[in-house]
Amino acid sequence: MTKAKSKLGLSGPKIAKARALAADIVAPVQEFIDKHTTVTIERATLRLLGADGANSDGVPVPNLIAGQCGAKLAGGAAAFYLNALIKLNKTPAALNEEIAKGLDISGLEFTDARRIQHKADELVKSLDARIAGNVAHRNARLKQYKDKVKSPLIYVIVATGNIYEDVKQARSAALEGADIIAVIRTTAQSLLDYVPYGATTEGFGGTYATQENFRIMRAALDEIVDREGRYIRLVNYCSGLCMPEIAAMGAMERLDMMLNDSMYGILFRDINMYRTFTDQFFSRMINTAADIIINTGEDNYLTTSDAVEKAHTVLASQLINEKFAASAGMPNRLMGLGHAFEIDPQVKNGFLYEYAQALMAREIFPEHPLKYMPPTKFMTGDIFKGYAMNTLFNFVCKATDQGIALLGMLTEAIHTPYLQDRHLAIENALYVHNTMADFMGEIEFKKEGIMARRARQVLDETIDMLADVKRRGLMTAIETGTFAEIKRLRDGGKGFDGVYEKTADYFNPVETYLKKKLKVGKQETLCS
Amino acid sequence: MFIKPYGDTSNDGAVQLSFTLPVKNCGRAKEAARLYVQKLGFKKVDVVHAAALSEEFTFFVAYGKTDVGIDYDKVEYAEAVDKYLSMDEVNAFIKTTFKRKIVIVGACTGTDAHTVGIDAIMNMKGYNHHFGLERYPMIEAFNLGSQVPNGKLLAYARDVKADAVLVSQIVTQKDVHIKNLTEFIELAEAEKVRGKMLLIMGGPRVNNKLAKELGYDAGFGTGTYAEHVATFVVKKLQERLTAAK
Repeated sequence: MTKAKSKLGLSGPKIAKARALAADIVAPVQEFIDKHTTVTIERATLRLLGADGANSDGVPVPNLIAGQCGAKLAGGAAAFYLNALIKLNKTPAALNEEIAKGLDISGLEFTDARRIQHKADELVKSLDARIAGNVAHRNARLKQYKDKVKSPLIYVIVATGNIYEDVKQARSAALEGADIIAVIRTTAQSLLDYVPYGATTEGFGGTYATQENFRIMRAALDEIVDREGRYIRLVNYCSGLCMPEIAAMGAMERLDMMLNDSMYGILFRDINMYRTFTDQFFSRMINTAADIIINTGEDNYLTTSDAVEKAHTVLASQLINEKFAASAGMPNRLMGLGHAFEIDPQVKNGFLYEYAQALMAREIFPEHPLKYMPPTKFMTGDIFKGYAMNTLFNFVCKATDQGIALLGMLTEAIHTPYLQDRHLAIENALYVHNTMADFMGEIEFKKEGIMARRARQVLDETIDMLADVKRRGLMTAIETGTFAEIKRLRDGGKGFDGVYEKTADYFNPVETYLKKKLKVGKQETLCS
Repeated sequence: MFIKPYGDTSNDGAVQLSFTLPVKNCGRAKEAARLYVQKLGFKKVDVVHAAALSEEFTFFVAYGKTDVGIDYDKVEYAEAVDKYLSMDEVNAFIKTTFKRKIVIVGACTGTDAHTVGIDAIMNMKGYNHHFGLERYPMIEAFNLGSQVPNGKLLAYARDVKADAVLVSQIVTQKDVHIKNLTEFIELAEAEKVRGKMLLIMGGPRVNNKLAKELGYDAGFGTGTYAEHVATFVVKKLQERLTAAK
């Protein structure tokens, strides 16, 4: 995508100013992040080094190890695991089994540091090979089947709560034209401080994000990929109290996208802000290393607040998400910044405001695969009106060259999608996207028209908001309800006790590997 | 009065259906769809659309006519409130009747993470140009958000001496909302708050009838605004006040 002249007459210097403010907002938080680790970062590290499985009570091995380490997590959990592998002369699989049976590795006497480093190098090398293999596999398929790549990519969800039913529905959707399948996660998982083990057959509102579920769906979609000659992307939720661990699992099992926001957990799940900020950084490094596109959650602001009055909070959050992601080494092409079509359908000219907002996002983030969310808040049992609203949404998707179009379901307000609901949604999108294929290149807007003025107004309001957040600091801003009108105290929320200040001799070979690979760290001077 | 669906003529009984069968799309599948709709009791069945969803599923749109009618006079349904007050009327009513603020606590409880329902009723801004309870000067409203354990909601309600508790349930897969709403009422029973505080449930798949069955004072479904809930609360509290005298 090239930087074309702004159809909305947006000011380049103003956009640059907004970005600079976002950078100033993120910088002090990043300083905190750099000095801290969390219990789930340590568990993610263990997973990436080979820790897996669970004991007979279902407690995952990484949690067992973290529990054994206790306060010593501040120095990093990796050394304990590596040391045990050496001292007991076991493979990770064999050691995992012993730990699941009750072996405590925290009390073992430490072998010398060089041997531990040597073991770390060996395991990191095989981790790197596994992740690189996944990236290479995906890139090869994308290249091989590039003629079938649609724009925007069509994204649908499956949400049966049974991974095997999900597979049937995902296959059907993929065959009909879906490019991206998101397996909805059970709502309860975000607050679990562990990742459940094994396949899910009875979840509420979704399945658990488990490594086994990832594997099952990946294998099912890969079958369609080769049959249809089209790469099908798999999505899950890298959010909640185990963000980095889910990123680790996704990197190992070749997920292609992850829902991953820098502030969502704080605002909408009441997870402690220190925890979330620290976790999002590590999870985004993993996602970047695995070439996984993140989807941020700005759509949620608009389900809570009014989409006309609070449009600027979406842009402000997009800019903050962009900067946090860049600080984790993530390139623009992996940032699926979120926004949504949520203006009350009764608002006069509401469509023009939606169109202006989406086009503004496209112009401000020209290289980013923007993720556009359909109407949900004003969907009702009137499925026919809902279908019409989804058509207008599809129109804006195509008219503003969104990267990822999460299709609206006509039964959004009623139940999780039926097989046929997805079919109707895909048919609608394919029709609209095709019938107006080159519309975007044909259209220009009045310089002082409703849309241009609206976009300029939202950008101005965003700058005001970011300047205010910068002055008060991001954490204070969140404490006072600046985002989504939700107030969260800095030492409140869940998971605060799992945050540790790193010791001077903190050891984490996975972090070292990621930072080196992604060129993240003190030498980082690149700004977007 | 017996009534039947109206398609394009009185009492023609015309019904539109759409459904999916787990078979490959072919002539036989279409015939199966027609026979299936016939088996449901419809006559003059027309399968007007069939589309493959995959090799193992086909989607159908069909029309049929039914002989089944219903005696409308015998249909019973009690609305939670006959006539709703506006926000201003609610406030005026509270001032004159109770001479103090009414306390209402609400949450989306259990594992449900969706605040859209409780927010529509409670948040300052409300929904669809109907202000939420937080905006009512004479109502002290506490919105605890989502994923609140039932016990925690009850404890909070006790602490702030709530007059009414709102329980919102959006996710209904596998009837999880019924289980959760039942758990709440059992807890309320055990802690003897039933009959003291008004217990009200809301959500897209609930209504006043279900609420009564489960032991709630009222239930509100789709299309409910804050003033509907508020009207019920103030009228019911007044009723109890009068009964106590």
